[in-house]
Amino acid sequence: MIGSLAASRPDGARLALGLGCLGALALPFVSVRASRIGAPEPRTLVEILPPGRLLAVLALSAAVLLALVLLRAPWARVLLSLLALAGVLAGIGLAAGPLAAEAGPYARVAPGAGAWTLLALLALFFTEAASRLALGPAARLGLGLVILAGLAALLASDLLAPLSIMVEYRNRAASFRSEAAQHLLLAGGSFAAAMVVGVPLGLLAARRARLAPPLLGALTAIQTVPSMAMFGLMILPLGWLAAHAPPAAALGIRGIGAAPALLALFLYALLPIVGHTREGLRGVPGAILESADAMGLDARQRLWRVEIPLALPVLLTGARIVLVQNIGLATVGALIGAGGFGVFVFQGLGQTAADLVLLGALPPVALAMLAALLMDALIACVPGPAR
Amino acid sequence: MKGTLALALLVAAFLAFPEAFVPVLRPFAPEGGPVIYDRASLAGLTAAHVGLVALALLPSALIALGLAIWVTRPGRAHLLPLARAVVNFGQTLPPVAVLALCVPVFGFGAVPTLVALFLYGLLPIFESSLAGLSGVPAPTLTAATAMGLTPARRLLQVELPLAAPLILEGTRLSAVIALSTATIGSTVAARTLGEVIIAGLNVMNLAFVLQGGLLTAALALLIHAGFGALAEAARPPGARSSR
Repeated sequence: MIGSLAASRPDGARLALGLGCLGALALPFVSVRASRIGAPEPRTLVEILPPGRLLAVLALSAAVLLALVLLRAPWARVLLSLLALAGVLAGIGLAAGPLAAEAGPYARVAPGAGAWTLLALLALFFTEAASRLALGPAARLGLGLVILAGLAALLASDLLAPLSIMVEYRNRAASFRSEAAQHLLLAGGSFAAAMVVGVPLGLLAARRARLAPPLLGALTAIQTVPSMAMFGLMILPLGWLAAHAPPAAALGIRGIGAAPALLALFLYALLPIVGHTREGLRGVPGAILESADAMGLDARQRLWRVEIPLALPVLLTGARIVLVQNIGLATVGALIGAGGFGVFVFQGLGQTAADLVLLGALPPVALAMLAALLMDALIACVPGPAR
Repeated sequence: MKGTLALALLVAAFLAFPEAFVPVLRPFAPEGGPVIYDRASLAGLTAAHVGLVALALLPSALIALGLAIWVTRPGRAHLLPLARAVVNFGQTLPPVAVLALCVPVFGFGAVPTLVALFLYGLLPIFESSLAGLSGVPAPTLTAATAMGLTPARRLLQVELPLAAPLILEGTRLSAVIALSTATIGSTVAARTLGEVIIAGLNVMNLAFVLQGGLLTAALALLIHAGFGALAEAARPPGARSSR
């Protein structure tokens, strides 16, 4: 441990992060509100801790920050920054408990500017150290799952229970689960449909050079329509369908709800999938195609055994873009009654209830990051020409 | 080029004389309801929308480019993995979530939208500037130094001109995303064309949704074309495409 401490010159970026963390300790650590939508009253660590414990907390923080700045081994910094992140989260919960009890039954305690800054800077410490480890995608996924498990354990314990966002969650646990399922259905369903339609379209665009520019042009134009308007516009064809085709109405297809949201997400998803499929297929070297022909493969065999496997990494890169993008965009679907986490975001915005907004906005962020990690690991597993 | 010009003329005509387009939009409005958004002038909202995006993206572009320049100076190569990791993380953040998360901190109105657009604009510009600056061939840099250029002049006369097309490409992507994301700002009372779309969704007047949506899309296409022309002009001689 001693040997891994750099004696000479601390890294400039880490020194800046460490000083930032020290400054964040002086900012309001939590904020107390008399009610769910009351004005926040910020409280600093100095205000909420008795002198003895304040000294202990500050000494421990200083020691951890010094180690994060000076430790040379990246894995040690990865470990320490994760422990520090868990420590700050636990600290927020520990501080919130007594404050909430003291301020009355309707009072809410939420992390303050200092706590958020501390979490962000420690996350940067972690990112810096993890990027030094130069982990492969599988190892990154493993690390991500470990972090996720730790976060789940923290959420399942009572430690964070006094926090405002957790109170908000408990008040609507049932609808949280159903909106989460709806969100996954919207993002996943449109993703699957776009893969089924987009890959053959990409194949067509790769085969017929004259078809590609108008097709890709139209799909690019679709991307420029703002998501809110796109969701709104889908009401038109589906509303017409529901009014004029009774079987469609019987299937639950209506002008508002999940169907137009799925259609809008599907349309947004097409460009990355079609574009990447085409790029991937066009990237297969001509010499390989010729030798496949010379080996006597017919067009179908050549496609399935040679071209698609070689195009797969690029194709999956397009799929990764779409999955991450759809998870975020599905949030907007709530505006046309499609459900999903956006329900909490827009309800929260309407009621100026910050915690409800957080409850709706944080899960899609976490889901998008998880999807990115999973897809990166998948792309790395696929053999093919180096990207 | 002709298509872009026609689109620009169409947008100008619509903003100047929206009433002339009533027959086209009438079928999408509810029976007897208003066809053209009447609570504010469309031209005013368009100006506010574009102004908001420009106000957010200007500092965004300057800071992102500054960071990319700072990271690519000699001796800071160890910062590159961190910079890339931050960019990768940032790109998984949904724009709606960034906007929503800004509201508890900055309240309602134009400020959270401005901050969200600023933050979200940083990433594409930073990433492409990084690619552009670190893509300048090492022999070119050596030659510039050998010619006696100081580091500052080398940056201004060699690196930035060579990286300009990529920097503009990133700015273009940021601008198109910001233009679309800004509409969501109207859910927190920012003054943008999103106001028209929301009004349309509230009273099920699709004529409003169409006006707001297509105007925003047209602006995005025009800005896309504008940056494309800029990037083409910034391309070093000899590398210009034959279009």
